[in-house]
Amino acid sequence: MSTFSIPIGPQHPALKEPESFTLTVDGEHVVGAKVRIGYAHKGIEKAMESRTYIQNIPLVERICGICNVAHTVCYTQNVEYLYEKSIPRRAEYVRVVIEELNRIHSHLLWLGIVGHEVGFDTLFMYVWRDREVVMDLIELLTGNRVSTAMNTVGGVRRDLTPDKMTPLRKGMRLLEERTKYYRKIALDEPTVLARAKGVGVLTPNEAIELSAVGPTLRASGIKADVRMDDPYAAHDEVPFNVITYDTCDVFGRLIVRIDETLESIGMVQYCLDNMPSGPIRMRLTNTPPIGESVSRVEAPRGEDIHYVRSNGTEKPARYKVRSPTLGNMPAILEMLTSKGDYVVRIADIPVVIAGIDPCMCCMDRSIRFIDPSREKEWVWSWDQLKKYAARR
Amino acid sequence: MAMIREVYRHLFKKRATVLYPFKEREKVHLPTDFRGKLAFYRERCIGCGLCFRVCPSETIEMITDEQGKRPIFYLDRCTFCAQCEEICPVDAIEMTADFEFVGFNRKETLLK
Repeated sequence: MSTFSIPIGPQHPALKEPESFTLTVDGEHVVGAKVRIGYAHKGIEKAMESRTYIQNIPLVERICGICNVAHTVCYTQNVEYLYEKSIPRRAEYVRVVIEELNRIHSHLLWLGIVGHEVGFDTLFMYVWRDREVVMDLIELLTGNRVSTAMNTVGGVRRDLTPDKMTPLRKGMRLLEERTKYYRKIALDEPTVLARAKGVGVLTPNEAIELSAVGPTLRASGIKADVRMDDPYAAHDEVPFNVITYDTCDVFGRLIVRIDETLESIGMVQYCLDNMPSGPIRMRLTNTPPIGESVSRVEAPRGEDIHYVRSNGTEKPARYKVRSPTLGNMPAILEMLTSKGDYVVRIADIPVVIAGIDPCMCCMDRSIRFIDPSREKEWVWSWDQLKKYAARR
Repeated sequence: MAMIREVYRHLFKKRATVLYPFKEREKVHLPTDFRGKLAFYRERCIGCGLCFRVCPSETIEMITDEQGKRPIFYLDRCTFCAQCEEICPVDAIEMTADFEFVGFNRKETLLK
């Protein structure tokens, strides 16, 4: 039986961002998948080493436009760990509010994209119209629709004043109603069910083995969420349920994300009702003490890990970002490979890739290796990285 | 088919989008904390250079004029993070609600 490879990308109508997939196909069935990443390398980590800690905040925000709050929360709390200081409680609550609003907006965006990928453009249009509600709320709170510029080292920059709470509560009620409606649509609509059920299967064992993160992992039935396992900001007080689903496919990821949106709405409402009073930020010196630290945040796409090493100057000596999409990349190759009864058709590729909510530009700094002690710099392809990982 | 009722209902509703650049400019609402074009008040500035130190995108350059040190702003590089406005000890920098200020060359977007 002969197989042949079809290249998809780096520029392809099905992909929103430059990424190259090479898929081996046997007729209609995909039997092997390879990915080559690195087309959107931005050099952010190196740029961060030449800027001060406060100048880095807008830069970190631009690692990813959609989950910008997760990245800034991760960065700022990472630097706060270096100072070994905890920020005012009210600031932590405001961070949770902004973060959850960001998650709602990201999940609704994804829901629209999946609607588009399965050929259900009506869903796409209506979801994105309702997403404007949360975008307007983010704008009201922070002054901008996307780049919030809300977090700073030592707290948050704008307070959540009482006059902003009324529209926020109203918006949350509206969004809750709409999200429940979309949940019903997803469960009833044959178009969605036919294109999402049994597609992109990732068994729980594979999910753990390939270290999938975020909703992809939770849709495989694994209960793991940084907000629950290692609470940061005010997550130790704000109650929520970790949503899991056991179908292990794109449909499961859909339901997990919709339910997480509902949880996030509940968390925002809890924060508004239980907002402690007090200051929203504290002043810190420009130079954190010598040391290193790691911080983890549950971004909308999964676990986001930042590492910083300080040498006592006002610029970081090393900064490393592991954004969630990179964690999901091995899993996506597994999902794209037919094995046994599980068959992946070429038509399923876009929805499987979209199913992990990929954010290629977030991820693309992560494959460059720099060894300052030996003054060596090299770039690895995915294959080399896998071989390296296998040797370890 | 599950959404068909919703779709029909919206046939009789108002358009959700705003025809921004050509019509309905008044419908564009800006939040109170909007970060738009910078405004600079020379008479308040003490030339401390804090804005220069926090700017992430090298928008600000410190020069010396007849009244002493002062910043000038290359707004084509500005990311509108408002860190300069926040750190200014004498409120000499302000973010206005003006967001339509493109120019054909860099001199037009230079704020002095």
